[in-house]
Amino acid sequence: MTATPTRYGLVAEFETPAATMHAAARLRDEGFQHWDVFTPYPVHGMDKAMGLKSSKVGWFSFLGGVTGYTTGMLMIWFMNKLDYPIPVGGKPLFSPFSAFPPSYELTILFGSFGALLGMLFLNRLPRLHHPLLKHRRFALASHDRFFIVVETSDPRYREGETRTLLESLGSTQVEPVEE
Amino acid sequence: MAEAIDHLRIVPPPRELERVPLVANQRGLGWLSDAIAGIAERKTPTWWWVAFGISVVLMSVCFSLILYLMSTGVGVWGLGHPVMWGWAIVNFVWWIGIGHAGTLISAILFLLRQRWRTAVNRAAEAMTIFAVMCAGIYPVIHIGRIWYGWWLLPFPNSNSIWPQFRSPLMWDVFAVSTYFTVSVLFWYMGLIPDLAVMRDRSKSRLRQALYGFFALGWTGSNRHWSNYERAYLILAGLSTPLVLSVHSIVSLDFAVSQLPGWHTTIFPPYFVAGAVFSGFGMVLTLLIPIRKICKLEEVITMKHIEVMCKVTLATGSIVGYAYTMEVFIAWYSGNAFERFAFWNRAFGPYWWAYWTMLSCNVFIPQLFWFRKVRRNLYAVFIISICVNIGMWFERFVIIVTSLNREFLPSNWNYYIPTWVDICTFIGTFGLFFTFFLLFMRFVPIVAIAEVKGVTPQADPHHPLGGAKLGGGH
Repeated sequence: MTATPTRYGLVAEFETPAATMHAAARLRDEGFQHWDVFTPYPVHGMDKAMGLKSSKVGWFSFLGGVTGYTTGMLMIWFMNKLDYPIPVGGKPLFSPFSAFPPSYELTILFGSFGALLGMLFLNRLPRLHHPLLKHRRFALASHDRFFIVVETSDPRYREGETRTLLESLGSTQVEPVEE
Repeated sequence: MAEAIDHLRIVPPPRELERVPLVANQRGLGWLSDAIAGIAERKTPTWWWVAFGISVVLMSVCFSLILYLMSTGVGVWGLGHPVMWGWAIVNFVWWIGIGHAGTLISAILFLLRQRWRTAVNRAAEAMTIFAVMCAGIYPVIHIGRIWYGWWLLPFPNSNSIWPQFRSPLMWDVFAVSTYFTVSVLFWYMGLIPDLAVMRDRSKSRLRQALYGFFALGWTGSNRHWSNYERAYLILAGLSTPLVLSVHSIVSLDFAVSQLPGWHTTIFPPYFVAGAVFSGFGMVLTLLIPIRKICKLEEVITMKHIEVMCKVTLATGSIVGYAYTMEVFIAWYSGNAFERFAFWNRAFGPYWWAYWTMLSCNVFIPQLFWFRKVRRNLYAVFIISICVNIGMWFERFVIIVTSLNREFLPSNWNYYIPTWVDICTFIGTFGLFFTFFLLFMRFVPIVAIAEVKGVTPQADPHHPLGGAKLGGGH
């Protein structure tokens, strides 16, 4: 099947973080929705310029932490009190104090998995095939260039207008990307 | 108009008050990628093969001796009543302590907004992981019947017996395994954007596929960075209490026992300070040659070395304070056994170990008060080696001198390690360096994306980042 490639969007290249941020703030104000900024490092203030909401990773980590702590306490209670009691010198079979260190470690362990996996889930990663990764110049996004991509799926996307807008915002090069 | 702008121009601070830049010579973003990623892309240098060969040989020595230990029994070690914890535990505590500097740099200094950490955190975290691997060997092999090592884990066995969670040794299993896992997670997450750099630069299909696979399809999207930075912050926030707990729990292995010299409340903070101290010693030992060999002097600058010297000085002084306090409390407690334990440390049969520890950990690092010493790489390197040696002796002093003269004088004994003890320890260096050299060969040894983020070129509010003069927003 030789279908004509569908267009994914427009990729605009910028040379400095200041120009990129300025352009991002403009696109935010114009009301674009399906667009993104690509930078070699996290640019301080870009979230605000893009109008992004605070990340939700914390909830995943919190959930992991609670699970870890509960698992630890329940596991130790089950093992040392219920299933195989080891009486030592009249000490209680289960004490939240001696059970705390392992449970604390499990809180951190599960919380960390929550943070990493939550981040990957929210970012929909791993995703090894992406239209942008095939683009000729896009590899520079991990080097020293900054890119703004407006997707064709954006309700405000107009072939000519969007291109002119990106060019007027100081983009050195605006190119289409195929799906 | 021009006059108005002139009027608004900010007067730069005098030269002596200017901040030393973190990346020297105003190197740009692209230069950083080339310089750092290039190390893992160039043809493998001869020194690497030589170092790798030696490391692999030493590593095989380590594993052969573990095999010998397994097939013959713990009698091949110098252990004997009353010193039943010898080099194995000394080396365990030493290696795990080394790891702590990596986590301190990656987590605690991140929370404290120490931007210089970006140049050293990747290598330090790698050091943590490999040091914990070396450490992890010892608790398993010192139990004697190694094939029952899995009884340490809460795993159902045929006797239907569960581990005893009231013992700090059990807590240690959880602390160390969590520490290793979380260190790997943190390290890998930091690597994702840099693996994408390697993927985008790779020329061959194989490299592209491999780096691409591990980069998970990272594109540098700001929507991704937003979640990534939050996850990084959370991991730093979780690693901080983790690293403090790990060596505290290691110290509880000792402090919870009833033995004079071990049974003290100062142990947890004292062990943590000592761990960070020894870790910074090792970071300096590793990075001083690496920055030279890999030509990274503009990324890991003298400023970085100097700051690390200051941390070493601070933690070394805390350790010195702890030594003094231990001796004071031994005297002040009025407990004859406690007093004897400390007298025995300083003037007993192992006096030489005690004074080596004191000179290497407390006296010699005081030289770091002098700027001249901190800026002299040879001096810093030698002092960092002294710190490594001193901290090894600290664990030796704590373990062996407390055990060798126990309550009954007829039980007293002088502990001497055998060649197996010594060569296994040397062998763990082989293990450590084998992994470290592989790390240097295949992944960026400096966190590229993070270092980029602290340059003025990366700051959208800096003229080098494209900000226009007077164009405030």
